[in-house]
Amino acid sequence: MAQKNIYEYDAKKLLATELPKYYPEFNYHNKLVVIDCDTDIEKAVSENSWIQTEKVVVKPDQLFGKRGKANLILLDASCDEMKDFCYSNLDRVCEIGNVRGELKRLLVEPFVPHEKEYYVSITSDRENDIIHFSFEGGIFIEENWNKVSHIPVPLGTDINSFDLKNKLPDLGDLEEILIPFIKGLFQVYINQDFAFLEINPFAITKDKKIVPLDVKARLDDTATFLHLDTWGNPDNPIEFPAGFGQVLSEEEELIRELDEKTGASLKLKILNRDARIWTMVAGGGASVIYTDTVVDLGLGNELGNYGEYSGNPSREHTEIYAQTIIDLITENPDPKGRTKYLIIGGGIANFTDVKATFAGIVSAIRKSVDKLKKANVKILVRRGGPNEKQGLELMKQVGEETGVPIEVYDRYTHMTRIVSLIE
Amino acid sequence: MEEYELFDRNTQAIIYGFQANAIQRMLDFDFLCKRETPSVAAVIRPTQGAAVNYHKVFWGNKEIVIPVYKTLGLAVKKNPKADVLINFSSFRSAYPTSKEALESDTIRTIVIIAEGVPERESRHLIKIADEKNKIIIGPATVGGIKAGAFKIANTAGTVENIILSKLFRPGSVGFVSKSGGLSNEMNFMISQTTDGIYEGIAIGGDRYAGSVLIDHIMRYEANPNIKMIVALGEIGGKDEYAIVDALKSRKITKPIVIWVAGTAARILPSDLQFGHAGAMAGSAMETAEAKNKALKEAGAIVPDSYEDLDKKIKEEFEKLKSKGKIEEVKEFEPPKIPLDFNDATRLGVVRRPSDVVVTISDDRGDVPTFATVGLDKIIRENKSIGYVIGLLWFKRELPDFAQQFIEMVIKLTADHGPAVSGAHNAIITARAGKDLMSALASGILTIGPRFGGAISDAAKYIREALQKDMNPSKFVKYMKDIAQINIPGIGHRIKSIQNPDVRVQLLKEFVFKNFKKHPHLDFALEVEKLTTAKRNNLILNVDGCIGITFLDLLENLDFTEEEIEDVIFSEALNGLFVLGRSIGMMGHVFDQKRQRAGLYRQPWDEILFSSD
Repeated sequence: MAQKNIYEYDAKKLLATELPKYYPEFNYHNKLVVIDCDTDIEKAVSENSWIQTEKVVVKPDQLFGKRGKANLILLDASCDEMKDFCYSNLDRVCEIGNVRGELKRLLVEPFVPHEKEYYVSITSDRENDIIHFSFEGGIFIEENWNKVSHIPVPLGTDINSFDLKNKLPDLGDLEEILIPFIKGLFQVYINQDFAFLEINPFAITKDKKIVPLDVKARLDDTATFLHLDTWGNPDNPIEFPAGFGQVLSEEEELIRELDEKTGASLKLKILNRDARIWTMVAGGGASVIYTDTVVDLGLGNELGNYGEYSGNPSREHTEIYAQTIIDLITENPDPKGRTKYLIIGGGIANFTDVKATFAGIVSAIRKSVDKLKKANVKILVRRGGPNEKQGLELMKQVGEETGVPIEVYDRYTHMTRIVSLIE
Repeated sequence: MEEYELFDRNTQAIIYGFQANAIQRMLDFDFLCKRETPSVAAVIRPTQGAAVNYHKVFWGNKEIVIPVYKTLGLAVKKNPKADVLINFSSFRSAYPTSKEALESDTIRTIVIIAEGVPERESRHLIKIADEKNKIIIGPATVGGIKAGAFKIANTAGTVENIILSKLFRPGSVGFVSKSGGLSNEMNFMISQTTDGIYEGIAIGGDRYAGSVLIDHIMRYEANPNIKMIVALGEIGGKDEYAIVDALKSRKITKPIVIWVAGTAARILPSDLQFGHAGAMAGSAMETAEAKNKALKEAGAIVPDSYEDLDKKIKEEFEKLKSKGKIEEVKEFEPPKIPLDFNDATRLGVVRRPSDVVVTISDDRGDVPTFATVGLDKIIRENKSIGYVIGLLWFKRELPDFAQQFIEMVIKLTADHGPAVSGAHNAIITARAGKDLMSALASGILTIGPRFGGAISDAAKYIREALQKDMNPSKFVKYMKDIAQINIPGIGHRIKSIQNPDVRVQLLKEFVFKNFKKHPHLDFALEVEKLTTAKRNNLILNVDGCIGITFLDLLENLDFTEEEIEDVIFSEALNGLFVLGRSIGMMGHVFDQKRQRAGLYRQPWDEILFSSD
């Protein structure tokens, strides 16, 4: 639950339906086609006849920027050129800012001839929503950042009675277009619970129409319930894709689905499947500190995952979570035959029942005794909270009964000290 | 109360949402602290029907009640001294409910527990709070605690933990963190390294927390009872720089030990979202390293890692102590809180006799059982109503002929026209506009010695005759001379030996065909021969026949003499008649209601008015 990136395609579609409500002059072409690995390109072309009659732009739509600089934008292209570009780029592995990933999704839209590129974005801080505007948009926006005007609009301001004109540089002839456009955009941003919206660049055509060329946006996904008629429509919710190159593994997907089903919180991010150290830590705050400690001790490159469980998850959900991590740690033994470590850590809980959650973990351990022994896993436990004595006793017992090496520590051992027991 | 204090030993809160556990935990804390009044003044439960209701809670080993209001407006009006709202409403309604509380005159501090409140809504709440000089703790938090004075909701968990972390009396350390989970860890760590917590607040992990670290740190700075400050920050956001600024401008003069978690982020994928919504670095400034470095440079005590946090806190506290800045804490033994009965039961340390023994059914498992037979089996195997009656009335799986006999009796007794007392009463009551249950009950209430009662009476006397080994003529004489009543079950208004009752014939046929033995029926038929010789309508009637053949049924089952006695004593025979006749009486009630039949009034010409 936080700010989430959305596809450029979705951002533009959202602008296409929402912006005219506040800025009726916005006459967007709304010609957008996504081509992914499963798209029948011929069919897509025949269903969108404009691709054959107009010049088009093709570019990746996978949440990364600087596509122009990386030579990944095809401009002013014919239908055949577009097809060639799609065929030769889809599934291609490339490296964007140190992240390797496959190009899996291209956006096709009409090419809009233009001379000048403008920049507008909206961000928020605690007291304001901030409009950023520049005449010098496009790929060199960062180099030209000093030319960007920043206009904080205090929270709760009616933008229609806000004197935007005075705060912007001399807009000249464009004032009549730009002021209502930016005010309209601002209202879409507010009313649709955007957390970030950037149009870089947008063009103004000869007939004075504004056309967004590249759009980046984040929505506040906690506001989904407020937008059931637009992007939060439960029948057709907007997608919050993972970043470029970040494909959710089966296990991550399982935990994500579980997390969505419960009032509790269950998170899992796999960092390195072959790693020697895995964590199963209770609490959003404690999980960060355990991760810090692993890294501080120089074991960062041996860390298998980041994750946490909190908010008093049920015994059953905890068991599934534990089983998932046990399956991962036991997938392959350490190639050098060293001991693997599962850190079952946590602070002293306020109200999460240690006995109930540990009962779930113990049950997963019992079902995995052979695997754990085969992969040479040692389990280190530290925890406190309601029913801590009984919970820790369960852990001790399962170790004694099954022969899986388990060391159990209570509140009197510093929370992260078990990490330093890793050899 | 000073401006820098949010709570004292008299602070009272209103709880939004019916959180029985959290409320009890707050009161247990109060009791441990020897507070004079409970810290919960009222509860708001918007789904409740009544404007005010009462919730029972324990105060030590006594029970007290706390009012439960339907609306915030009423709760606030009735409890003007309560200046804290602990808001348990969901992320959907946290905004409107918190806003209403912010706009009230008396609520000063609002704690928002829900996780997932939209950022824009949080920001609007913050704006209102700023304008009204009020404080929000949360969203997405467990709350906080002021040792020995006031505990927010589930903070610091159980009584045991409160005692171990010495939270029932104040120490000298002011603590604030983002994480609610870690705040309790820190409560304990601080109790082990210093004289304990004075106050500890968890501001919550959201990007836009209602109050931020610096807000509480400045309160602690102003509070002379607090000698040192401990804080836990987190990657993401720039809140910690406000502490840096305050240190640089000497607004913070007390020692502050602080650690910003999330240093591992540098080796993790850049888009990794940690457990808290705000925990993601948007720029180099927002990284944990940058913040720790800036804090250290500004004069905060920053350990090299979380591992050393406890040592730094201890070191700093010892320094203050050696300077004579720490006053001795007034220790006391907190009163014992009795164990909750449910907890004690779970732990196996108490036992209690039960009040009721039930031997016929059990609904505790996955499938309800009737006399140990699962309802699933009864349905899947398409068992009869007679079978179910066997289980629930006699705790037996009855053989087929017995099931059929019982169903036959139910059918035979189901109705006997509208004129008999039961149906008549049911009809009159239904027509008086009463509900089904009342109409049925008024019909059933007529069943007794004169209506339907012949069944059990017939059984009673014939059984007695057989037990005493009377012959039929002696029995007839006995009834006339000693019992001095007409033989129950003998005689009919219209039917006679020449015009037999078909219902009796059917019963007899069934019994002769299916029962191996039928001594009671045989005896009754001998008696009938004697009585019909006197008058041709003194025949065995249907009520008598049911009662008597039921005795024969019991003879044919594996009941012992004592069990048969129990069946008769328990009025199972009346039960058969009530069960059967209820079908007909309900039919009459439905019939009248369908017709919307009006009130029945007995015509005057059916009544003789006499002045005698």
